[in-house]
Amino acid sequence: MRESSVWALAWRRFRRDRLGFFSLIVVLLYLVVVLATATGLVARDWQQEAGVSFAPPTFLGPGADTPQLAKRAEGAQALSDYGIPDPLGPDLAEIAKGLSGASANETRAPTLALGGDKWGRDVLKKAVKGTETSLFVGLAAAALATFLGTLFGAQAGFRGGKVDDFFNWLYSVLTSIPYLLLVLAVAAVVNQKGVLTVILILGLTGWTGIFRLIRAEYLKHRVREYVLAADAIGASGARRMFVHILPNVSHVVLVQLSICVVLFIKSEVILTFLGFGVGVDTVSWGSMLAEAGSELLLGKWWQLTAATVAMAILVTAFSLFTDAMRDALDPRLK
Amino acid sequence: MLAYTLRRLWQFIPTLAGVVLLVFFLFNWIGGDPAYLLAGKIPNPETIANIRRQLGVDEPYAVQLWIFLKQILTGDFGVSWSTNERVSDIFATRLGPSVTVLIPLLMISTLLGMAAAMLVAYVRGSLTDRSVMVACTVAQSVSILVYILVFQYFFAYQLGWFPVQGWGVTFADNLFRYAVLAIVVGVAVSLAPDIRLYRTFFLDEINQDYVRTARAKGLSEARVMWVHVLRNAAIPIVTNILLQLPGLLAGAFLIERFFGIPGIGREVILAVERSDFPIIKAVTVYVAIATMVVNLVADLLYKAIDPRVQLK
Repeated sequence: MRESSVWALAWRRFRRDRLGFFSLIVVLLYLVVVLATATGLVARDWQQEAGVSFAPPTFLGPGADTPQLAKRAEGAQALSDYGIPDPLGPDLAEIAKGLSGASANETRAPTLALGGDKWGRDVLKKAVKGTETSLFVGLAAAALATFLGTLFGAQAGFRGGKVDDFFNWLYSVLTSIPYLLLVLAVAAVVNQKGVLTVILILGLTGWTGIFRLIRAEYLKHRVREYVLAADAIGASGARRMFVHILPNVSHVVLVQLSICVVLFIKSEVILTFLGFGVGVDTVSWGSMLAEAGSELLLGKWWQLTAATVAMAILVTAFSLFTDAMRDALDPRLK
Repeated sequence: MLAYTLRRLWQFIPTLAGVVLLVFFLFNWIGGDPAYLLAGKIPNPETIANIRRQLGVDEPYAVQLWIFLKQILTGDFGVSWSTNERVSDIFATRLGPSVTVLIPLLMISTLLGMAAAMLVAYVRGSLTDRSVMVACTVAQSVSILVYILVFQYFFAYQLGWFPVQGWGVTFADNLFRYAVLAIVVGVAVSLAPDIRLYRTFFLDEINQDYVRTARAKGLSEARVMWVHVLRNAAIPIVTNILLQLPGLLAGAFLIERFFGIPGIGREVILAVERSDFPIIKAVTVYVAIATMVVNLVADLLYKAIDPRVQLK
């Protein structure tokens, strides 16, 4: 029988898990959508007010309460008659004609595929664009947290002594404050909105879980024979840490990375909802949900549904994929 | 046991010092000069100098740190920057509503979660188990915001079963009228993660030798599960709930905010929105202390319930 690498074996185990494999495909589809929006192929014009205010989804048909722009224009003309010739009359008429012409050119659709928001923006496009923001924040923050957690964990576990004490102290300080409280406290201090801010806040506070696991792995591995052998042939500390040990603990890193993505996507939604997240010129699932709260009271449920479904599918798929990946990479766990 | 407790208490000092330094670093250094925040839209240098003197931020950092330490030790964080209410009064009055929601919420979600987890652990590997697990994953992937919005809309606005939001005067009124929907939402949100976690605890126990022994001596399945397995699985569950407690106290802010419950969590959100640093500082430090104490209590309790556990 042909010999296979650890990764090939894991891949074979992973492929047998049909639910996990299907989840991977869903996650990949989401990534394709993100690539498409990031390059501007899709949903570039999400801010365009394409439909009437609160345009209902197409499958419901146009709503009865569609505001009539034309009526308002007629009413305005009836007012201007006091028997005195209006000196600005002709000019105003000109402007009014220009305006109505412009809005006639820019016909607003009575219905949109998945409905419209208060300004008549397409909810489908917002959801797609929001996917880009939320997923990007989740991935970038998770990458940052995983990088820090792995780096610190490797140093603490491998070097031991004072370095270990220091990082353990840092760990116990950060974990003694509940995660969301810590995030909110940092958000209050930074007091600045934006994608980068959210990534930094989540990434800089969220590395503790990874740190603990990676440190434990390094404690275990640093006394293994292959590491002692590397030491004997004169490999430096950094080389043993990152060239020799890291590939052997990379499955832990990978699983933690993907757990973090899910956690951070959810955190971003809450932060943005509370107004400490991405700015107002960016759309994310959190900002859609923030708008959806008051819309629901008016009976406009489509934006809430679109954001919820988009998020639920991704997060479910990502979680199931993480579970399948963990089972595949570590067959002892079962 | 005593030596262990003392050693753990001794270890609190560096951690607590770290928390104090972190909070101080965040709020007094990165947070910038609060005087500009407080002086209003058109600040003049005189007002700013006044406010700086009042808050002590014109002092060197070492003195400011000393002021902060004194605040922590005396529990006197001064007054809120936005409402001028004493911070200690704010906490005293906000604790009650938080606890009114939290305790029933924890009890109901724990009992339901344990029952469901035991059931799916008992039929592990079956279709029921797998579908419940997938359902839990889906339920967990929906944001807590959606639960709150939808529950509030349906049960309060549409059906009118509960007040939309608000808080009464008497305890009974609060518990049985205003807190009910908040508790329902809280249970709905925490059920899925609870079931997943508790299921692993039950699975750890179900494969143990003592379970086989109990079955071998002819005990009924009900007795094996409800007495033998449940007792052992309850140990990590109770510890887990204890550990969650301080975080929940401050973390229930979304529920408290939406249902207008004047608790600690809502106060945190308001403070963050208004850049009301004294409140955030006090909450962060005290919740950190509570977390450390609860961790210790949980470990001691663990030892008390399960004599096999060795404390190091």
